[in-house]
Amino acid sequence: MPRPSTEAEYLASLVPPSARGFSRRALLRGAVGAGSLLAVPSLLAACGSGDATSSSGASGAATSGATGTVSLGSNGSDAAPKAALQSVIDSFQKANSGLSVKINTIDHNTFQENINNYLQGSPDDVFTWFSGYRMRFFAAQGLAGDISDVWQGKSNMSDALKAASTGDDGKQYFMPSTNYPWAVFYRKSLWSSKGYEVPKTLDDLKTLGAQMKKDGLDPIAFGDKDGWPAMGTFDQLNMRINSYDYHVSLMAGKEDWSGDKVKAVFNTWRDILPLHQSDSLGRTWQEAAQSLQQKKSGMYVLGAFVAQQFSKGAEQDDLDFFTFPEVDSNIGTDAIEAPIDGFMMAASPKNEAGAKKLLSYFGSADAQNISVKADPSVIATASDADQSGYTALQKKSVEFVKSAKHISQFMDRDTRPDFASTVMIPAIQSFLKTPTDVDNLVKSIQQQKLSIFTS
Amino acid sequence: MATETPTIVTPPAAGSRKRPRYRGINQLSAVDRVVVGIMVAVPTALVVLLVWFPAVGSVLLSFTNWNGIGDVSRAKWVGLKNYTDVVTIYPPFVPAVEHNLIWLLVMFALATPLGMLMAVLLDRELKGGRIYQTAFYLPVVLSLALVGFIWQLIYSKDQGLINTVTGSQIDWYGDQSYNLWAALVAASWRHMGYIMLLYLAGLKGVDPSLREAAKVDGASERATFFRIVFPVMRPINIIVLVVTVIESLRAFDLVWVINKGRNGLELIATLVTQNIVGEASRIGFGSALATFMLLISSVFIVIYLRIVMREDQ
Repeated sequence: MPRPSTEAEYLASLVPPSARGFSRRALLRGAVGAGSLLAVPSLLAACGSGDATSSSGASGAATSGATGTVSLGSNGSDAAPKAALQSVIDSFQKANSGLSVKINTIDHNTFQENINNYLQGSPDDVFTWFSGYRMRFFAAQGLAGDISDVWQGKSNMSDALKAASTGDDGKQYFMPSTNYPWAVFYRKSLWSSKGYEVPKTLDDLKTLGAQMKKDGLDPIAFGDKDGWPAMGTFDQLNMRINSYDYHVSLMAGKEDWSGDKVKAVFNTWRDILPLHQSDSLGRTWQEAAQSLQQKKSGMYVLGAFVAQQFSKGAEQDDLDFFTFPEVDSNIGTDAIEAPIDGFMMAASPKNEAGAKKLLSYFGSADAQNISVKADPSVIATASDADQSGYTALQKKSVEFVKSAKHISQFMDRDTRPDFASTVMIPAIQSFLKTPTDVDNLVKSIQQQKLSIFTS
Repeated sequence: MATETPTIVTPPAAGSRKRPRYRGINQLSAVDRVVVGIMVAVPTALVVLLVWFPAVGSVLLSFTNWNGIGDVSRAKWVGLKNYTDVVTIYPPFVPAVEHNLIWLLVMFALATPLGMLMAVLLDRELKGGRIYQTAFYLPVVLSLALVGFIWQLIYSKDQGLINTVTGSQIDWYGDQSYNLWAALVAASWRHMGYIMLLYLAGLKGVDPSLREAAKVDGASERATFFRIVFPVMRPINIIVLVVTVIESLRAFDLVWVINKGRNGLELIATLVTQNIVGEASRIGFGSALATFMLLISSVFIVIYLRIVMREDQ
């Protein structure tokens, strides 16, 4: 057993193993029992929180003295994620009677837009966030708490997930909860009635698109009113045309945006743009997804959250997907995009022990089982999560993510947020408006990239 | 402070002639002096703190590069880089300036005269005038954001009212050749009600004897309005002018609701927001944009002040 970091742990270690039992929960009971025996519970609570210099090891021991209230900032303001989080928290509180969690739900967009002020003000102990550059950026600015000790002994997360949760300094700052792949989605019933087959290459896709047009369908549903959904198409094309490694280094600002490789991406995109639903800039992704749902469009390049626009049950079962087709046979299709959502801890939480305990729980199969059941468009990241209740779509997502060789996050999670939102959104939108002027477009992106990345 | 007080004049009450001549602030009792001091100091402090400090701060920050994290000392001085970037390599900037000017022009040349027309018509106390008045004024009570949502239902391409009724396939909010004008219709709809109310108040204040005199002299309705009523309403006209300029320059919420001010709906205010608010936090760059906005506003502020000053003379 590692050196106890709190008085509660120390007291717990005094209880002989025979009385302590073997399970972690029993150990916690032991701690509480020992505490009440000495009649200093409030003192224990005080010690358990605010212990910033905790150097303890195993996750269970690090948080065994947790009591009091943990505040949780959530951007899940829509009804479904809100209810899902509430049920996760309910089960957490049931298992940890000493801890209560106060959920502070903030409107999704407001949360995203105010994240800087939020984290610099008085953030909640734990908050919802995303992996990738977006996570590393806040960790590097000292706005996120180190949760490496929670990660220690976590056996249900793959190394890839651990890497995705690691900041620039090699410490972990993020606890994955769920993820979802990006792919090309379609309705099985429509495809089988028309006799369509999954396209393996870009040429197949073009042939299929032409056929769909003949059948009176928009081949690819498309909506980019919000600015970000089209980034997904760029990512897919870039990974297919220029490989995953190039994509990562392009996103890191290390490549020339005005070079031939980026031009090739835009030019290929232009070739297949006529297959996309027109007037994309006036349509939200939800509206585009509804055209897929109504069988007016043949397919849709989007994240698995597209399923949210399909009613649960038969309609979601009718939804299927395939990976974005191959463009270059030397590169293949083994790189996919699968953003990870999860939780982080504030830099100086009011209740550190409680926060870590909650984070540890979020990373457990128990918590993730509840989340994925409430929202079947996402899958659990924990390897020991219960997959027996998964929908067909979720099962396929699991296989899809597992078999991928490279997983990217998404343009606005993989590159600097200021570059993604102030340069790439207008740039991609102007490409969609006038797809012919690629040379000037990439030149403009490169100039702005230099200005942003070098300053 | 003492130089600011001569405006206080001793009341010329009867029998007060024997009093010594006003000797400035020294004449006031200690309590009065404190009160005067507070009355001057508090508003001054508020103006300095809430107007000048942020304004000067923005201008200073516009010469730096800062991501808004940590304290201001982490801002890096970059000279004029942000300004050269804005005008040379930032594609949305030029359209934004154009759109702001178009906005101003449309509000000024279209929405304001229409509001005036409605006021004149309603002033004639036609049947059901109150109902029209309420109908026209209703959008003013709503926030522009809400106005945006309402028009979304009208303009939406796949599900909107216009396309459903007329069978057209125009993408009102997405197509760049329409969306600015579509947004302007929505903004004018709201602006007209505001102007209408201001003019209605003005028209009620016009001395009826002037109209009667004009009628006696045989002036036509038109002539009466343009040569008598309109000039008499000069103070209202100035208020309307100011309101119109302010409303057009701060135009923001409507386009933000539509598509965050992108794709043909760029306005300087939305660019400032895009750069400063959110994860992007390019505080220096956004401040440079804000400074441009300040400069453009100053032109109108100077024009307005000149008009008001001339009025006072």
